[in-house]
Parts: sequence; C-alpha cells; structure tokens
Amino acid sequence: MYAESFQKSLALVEEAREKNIALEPVRMTAEQKETLLATFHPDYKADEFVTLTVGPNKGDKVPTELGEILQAHSRITADSVDLNAPDYDVDVLVIGGGGAGTSAAIEAHEAGAKVMIVTKLRMGDANTMMAEGGIQAADKPNDSPAIHFVDAFGGGHFAAKRELLAKLVCDAPEAIQWLSELGVEFDKTEDGTMVTTHGGGTSRKRMHAAKDYSGAEIMRTLRDEVLNRQIPVVDFTAAIELILDDKGNAAGAVLMNMETKELYVAKAKTVVIATGGAGRMHYQGFPTSNHYGATADGLVLGYRAGAKLLYAETLQYHPTGTAFPEQIFGALVTEKVRSLGAKLVNVNGEVFMHPLETRDVTAASIIRECSERGNGVETGNGLGVWLDTPMIEKIGGEGTIEKRIPAMMRMFGKYGIDIRKEPILVYPTLHYQNGGLDINVNGMTTNITNLFVAGEAVGGIHGKNRLMGNSLLDIIVFGRNAGINAASAAKNTEVGTLTLDHIAKFENELKDAGITTDTVSPKLLPDYTRKVNA
Amino acid sequence: MENMVNIFLFGKKYSVPENLTIMTAMEYAGYQLVRGCGCRNGFCGACATIYRIKGDRELKACLACQTKVENDMYIATLPFFPLVKEVYDMNKIKPTEAVMMQLYPEIYACVGCNACTKACTQELNVMQYIAYAQRGDFEACAEESFDCVMCGVCSSRCPAGISHPQVAMLARRINGKYLAPGCGHLEDRVKEIKDGEFNDLIEALMQKPVEELKELYNTREIEK
Ligand SMILES: Cc1cc2nc3c(=O)[nH]c(=O)nc-3n(C[C@H](O)[C@H](O)[C@H](O)COP(=O)(O)OP(=O)(O)OC[C@H]3O[C@@H](n4cnc5c(N)ncnc54)[C@H](O)[C@@H]3O)c2cc1C
Ligand code: SF4
Ligand code: SF4
Ligand code: FES
Repeated sequence: MYAESFQKSLALVEEAREKNIALEPVRMTAEQKETLLATFHPDYKADEFVTLTVGPNKGDKVPTELGEILQAHSRITADSVDLNAPDYDVDVLVIGGGGAGTSAAIEAHEAGAKVMIVTKLRMGDANTMMAEGGIQAADKPNDSPAIHFVDAFGGGHFAAKRELLAKLVCDAPEAIQWLSELGVEFDKTEDGTMVTTHGGGTSRKRMHAAKDYSGAEIMRTLRDEVLNRQIPVVDFTAAIELILDDKGNAAGAVLMNMETKELYVAKAKTVVIATGGAGRMHYQGFPTSNHYGATADGLVLGYRAGAKLLYAETLQYHPTGTAFPEQIFGALVTEKVRSLGAKLVNVNGEVFMHPLETRDVTAASIIRECSERGNGVETGNGLGVWLDTPMIEKIGGEGTIEKRIPAMMRMFGKYGIDIRKEPILVYPTLHYQNGGLDINVNGMTTNITNLFVAGEAVGGIHGKNRLMGNSLLDIIVFGRNAGINAASAAKNTEVGTLTLDHIAKFENELKDAGITTDTVSPKLLPDYTRKVNA
Repeated sequence: MENMVNIFLFGKKYSVPENLTIMTAMEYAGYQLVRGCGCRNGFCGACATIYRIKGDRELKACLACQTKVENDMYIATLPFFPLVKEVYDMNKIKPTEAVMMQLYPEIYACVGCNACTKACTQELNVMQYIAYAQRGDFEACAEESFDCVMCGVCSSRCPAGISHPQVAMLARRINGKYLAPGCGHLEDRVKEIKDGEFNDLIEALMQKPVEELKELYNTREIEK
C-alpha cells in the first residue's frame, strides 16, 4: 500500500498498463548508448576518482574510496606474528567462503590436496547467497558458446581478456552439469528441458535459474558439499595480510579472529583469493545490494603484496535497487523481474526505455530520467522510477510471480506491497565490482607465483561491464579452475622462508609518494553504528 | 523529528526511530555487528532473532534484517544454533526412504506440535516438509522447503530435537541429483564442446579485430 503522495502517479501507471504491455520499446543505437553513459553513468564522473601514486597500478584511476584503502597502512607489522610457528600448514589456502571459494576448495580437495577455507563471517555469508536471477550457459540448440562470447564481449565494452572469456563460455555447460550432479535444483520442464530466460544484453535465452533463489540454492549446496568432505573451515576469521616466501611467491596469510582479534599464521603452498566484491565501500555514496562483508579486501591483500589490478575503475550499478520502502533501500530487485516482462515506467506512466538493455545503460537511463528529464517519482528518500510488476501476471498468467520470483514477493510483502497488484519503485544501487586482480587463464595472478584468484575479486573476465548471470557462472568456472590449478601447483612447490617484508616496503613507497593517512586496510566490515560521542 | 519507540536489546532499553529494522536499530544503539549479520537482505539466515512484545503471550521469531522494530519489543538474537549436520557421500547415497532413517532418524519422533511451522521466519510449512521427508517423498519435501534460509529457528523450538533445515537440504540435493528429470540438451552440448565442435568458431573470435566484433555485436539477431 502506497501513501497518498504516490497515488496520482500510480493512477497514471495503472491507466497506461495495457498500452505499455503491448508496446515494444525501441533499443538504443550504439551512439545513443555511448552519449548516455558518458553523461549519466557514475563511472564517468571524473571527480569521484583518484589516481594511484604507489603500487603496481601507479598512474591508474580508481574510485576515491578504493584509492584510500589501497594506499593505506597494514593492520600489522612484520613482527606482530611469529612466521616460524604457523598455526595452520596446508597445501591450498582458500580465502573466502562464497561460491568461488567453496568451488575452489571442493576441486582442490577432489585433487587430493590438503585444503582449508578461511572466511570472514560464516561460510555462505556472501554475495553468492544473494544472487536471485540466474546463471548463463549456452546449452540450448539455438545457442552456442560463440554467441555467448559475442554477447558478453560486447556487453563488457569489448574490453574482456579474450582467453578468459573464451574459457568462461566454453566451460559453462559443464559448470551447470557439475552443479546438477551436486544436487542443485534448476528450473526445468517435465522432460528435463531447462527453463531459460533473457537477461539484459543476452541475444539468446540462456539464463538458468532456481526460482529467484538461484545463488542461495547454489551456495547452500556447495556449503553442504564442503561440510560433507570435511574440509576445515575457519570462520569469523579474516585474512588481513598475505605472506610471501623469500622467492616472492605467495605462501600463506596472516589471519585475524573477527571477535577476539587474535592473530594466526596460515602457511600454504598456494593461496586462492576468493573474497568477492566491494559494495559495502559505498562508492560515490550509493546504497548497495551486497552482503555485509563486501569491502574489497582481496584487492587490498593482493595489491599490497604486489599483484596487479585490472579495470578496478569500473563498477556495476544495478539499475533496479529498491528505492522504497526505506527499510530495504538499496536491496536488489532481480533483473528477472524485467526478464519476465515488467517494464520501467516514469512518473507520468510512460515507458522510457527498452527494459533489457545492458545494466550500465539501464542504470544511466534511470538516472537521466530522475535528473535531467525530471520524470522521477519522489519517494521521501530520494527519487525512483516505477517497475511495473503487475505486467508479469498479465503476460505470464496469474501465479507467475509467486512461482518464479517468490523472494521478491516476500521482500515487498513484508512492507505491505503486493507486487502482483502494485508496481515497485527502483533506483540504481552499487552491485558488482567489474574489475579486480589480473589473472591468467590458469587462475594465477599475472605477477605473483602461486597466488590464485577467483570470483568477483578477479578483473578482466567480463571487461568493463558484466552481464547478469555471468558472475554466478564465473565463480563456478574459475573457482573450480583455481582449485584444480592451485592443487596441482602445490604438488611442485617447496615453500621457502616466510616473510612479511612487503609491508615495510609498501610503507616506504607510501612515504616516498608523500601519502599521509590514518587509514588501515583491509577494511573488513563497514561501520554503521551511530556515533554518540564522536 | 523521527518517531521513536522503546526496544529492549537483551533486556536493556534503547530508544530508536520506529522505521528501523531490528538490525539497523541495533546499529543505531551502537552495536558493531560481527555475528548475526550476513546478507542484510533476507537470504542467508544469519540474523535469526526471537522477540516478545511486552504483555503478549506469544514468543515470535524473525530475521532481524527483515523486521521492523515495534514499541516494547524484547529482543534476543540467535546468531548460532547447534544443528546436527550428518556427513554423507552424495555419489553413494540412494534416493530411498531408508536414507532419512539412517541419517536423521529423529524425524520419526516428531510429535506433530507444529511449533516449527509457527516459528518459521520464512512462513514455510515446516512440519509438512518433515512429514514428506518421513515418507521419503523427497520431491515434495524439496518443493515445500525451497525458500528455507537455514536460520535454525524452527529447530530451536522443536521438542524432538530435529534439525529441519539439514533434513530439507538432504532432500533437495537428492531431488536435484537423482529425481529431477535429466537434461538432454545440456548433455549434448557438453559433449559437443568436449569434441571440439566449437573450437574453430571460438578461435576465429579470439583473432578478430575489435572493429569486426563490434559489427557482429551491434547487428546480432536477438531471440524474441
Ligand atoms: C543481490 C545480488 C544479486 C546477484 N544476482 C546475480 C545473478 O542473478 N546472477 C549472477 O550471475 N550474479 C549475480 N550476482 C553477483 C554474484 O552473486 C557475485 O558476484 C558472486 O556470487 C561473487 O562470488 P564470490 O565467491 O566471488 O564472492 P562472495 O560470494 O561474496 O564470497 C566472498 C566471501 O569472502 C569472504 N571474505 C571477504 N573478505 C575476506 C577476508 N579478508 N578474509 C576472509 N574472508 C573474506 C566473505 O565474507 C564471503 O564469504 C548478484 C550479487 C548480489 C549481491
Ligand atoms: S524452515 Fe527453519 S531454518 Fe528454514 S527458514 Fe524456516 S525457520 Fe529457518
Ligand atoms: S517442532 Fe518438531 S515435533 Fe513439533 S511438529 Fe515440528 S518437527 Fe514435529
Ligand atoms: S542478514 Fe542474511 S537473512 Fe538477515
């Protein structure tokens, strides 16, 4: 139920609904998209970025908030711990218990390695758990990995590392099969055919889903498998610094108990960073769809130890974050709502764009509607546009919403909004870290031996913008890949003497660059407490 | 000025704005959360919470990130509940009724009190999905339990000591792996890729100048 102030605009939306359903909005031309992005997309706001002056990406621009934690002090010094008395000694150390980390751990375990997961919150308290929409794979007869490649390459502004993207699309069907065999329940018809839909920027219907709990279904299954294999999981413990050996190879990490702050040394032959995204950095003050621990820790760990970043300046603002009610401000409204037929409508009840443009274009278009064009709806907490969910029931038949997007129905239902009957209000939310650590096709960083990266902490797989459904895919494909290769590299590795010399080295670089800061990193968690005495 | 309500966090009184969730109210009160906070969005089950409104007989359960505060709400979080998770090899178990008997025999001690269903933070019919599991109807159990976030609140209320979310997890995995129909087009595609049928196409894309790829992308045919 919306308050009186919304009713006038709501009436216009309802009145135009039939007409709007029938309307097939034109897609934008390449030039229109370029101008739109340059004018309204947050990635193009020059004053929200800083140029790095230390580290392997010196000279590159990154979001101001990211620059601050990349060019910050370590939480420790080399003598905070005794490297000669490791608390853990394993073949493969996986940092992060999300989808990428658990996939890597399962495969490393399968390959016979002694593997351990360390994770900041609980295993599964992760962005993976929250993915609603689905996972792409070109497994239908009218589709092919090559078509998938073109969609993703174009959607990512022709900037993806092609060898990574080729692996992503070619290993996709097998990733779905692997998940099925672990017991993940995909939506299927009676004869086993996958129910697939479009996502923004796809040219074939290749989005596989498990209702709108796709990520949760994958995550809880992977977690269960990790437990069945009895892989050690050290939870509520964060990696706060990488450990190298005297050859400069990755050789473990310093860990910190999140509750007691106790430090531990984990020695490992190979390390997999799978720490996920950065939504809780709130770049440019945006709200976020991400989980509580998404603070770009992996980028900081890698960068301080000397690993290169790629495309760290590109973030994904999901076009449809919740704009109202306030309690779920920023929470994601899955793209599947648009895949199922709901269109974006402005304050006057007008459809202002094709609902399935790529995310960056859609986000920029909503921002334009709410700023320059003045067609936004005042929510009491900013502006938003309507996403006309009742269209779904009209198009797909009554019951479609409950069957296909129950999580969405529940999320708004808790605040008295029945999305089957009433539209919802949306505005872009910080959603995904397109860039990250630079890797080769084997999953290893390009310049630190035995340091592997998987999942949202990687840069380059998607280029400068990621299509919906390609991230759940990459955490499986590159998570497994990292696990397999980390296990195999561990077999041929003799760890040298452990060192934390890189901390002092980085400190010196900061000093030489004239950077003075009180910030320590990784950030680990955002601080949302109200400051009473501050 | 915001409207304020009084809440009691672990018995201690705080005055907080009425439009907050229990989770954001705790932060407003000054708690820096570590435990009991994951997705902040109703998916992970980290924030199970029990509460009672003063004067109300009923003890309620909820997810702290999904529930608005109310005046005179007595709140205790339940960030961890000792569930029983049995270990099994997915490739060796058989999709038969006996599996449940072996792994989670306590489900047969259900007394039908329905406390689990009443407590469920996702409004699932928990007693019913346990009944399906008893009968070995894994498909029905999987469907009925699908939205479970494994918060453990139901188990905290169960006189029979059942670990409901773990029972449901097993049922869903059995259903996904053994009972759901196989997928022909997926198997075909995996084989085609293994046989190298797309190698030339992909190789060509790897070599193409960006301009040609742009052309390909901008003129590609889009399935209706
Ligand atoms: C709301 C939402 C919806 C989405 N929907 C889709 C979708 O429909 N389709 C799709 O393809 N993608 C989707 N995505 C994106 C996708 O879910 C994520 O990009 C992906 O799951 C990331 O997986 P990951 O394993 O890399 O990271 P995560 O799943 O976030 O896991 C990272 C883990 O690392 C831990 N960690 C972090 N720092 C440290 C540290 N210092 N030490 C130890 N552990 C640490 C975290 O606590 C967490 O457990 C969505 C994302 C969100 C937020
Ligand atoms: S069934 Fe139990 S564990 Fe699952 S959501 Fe309901 S209360 Fe939580
Ligand atoms: S709470 Fe336990 S005993 Fe009661 S109905 Fe539920 S499963 Fe049965
Ligand atoms: S924090 Fe994940 S369900 Fe509340």
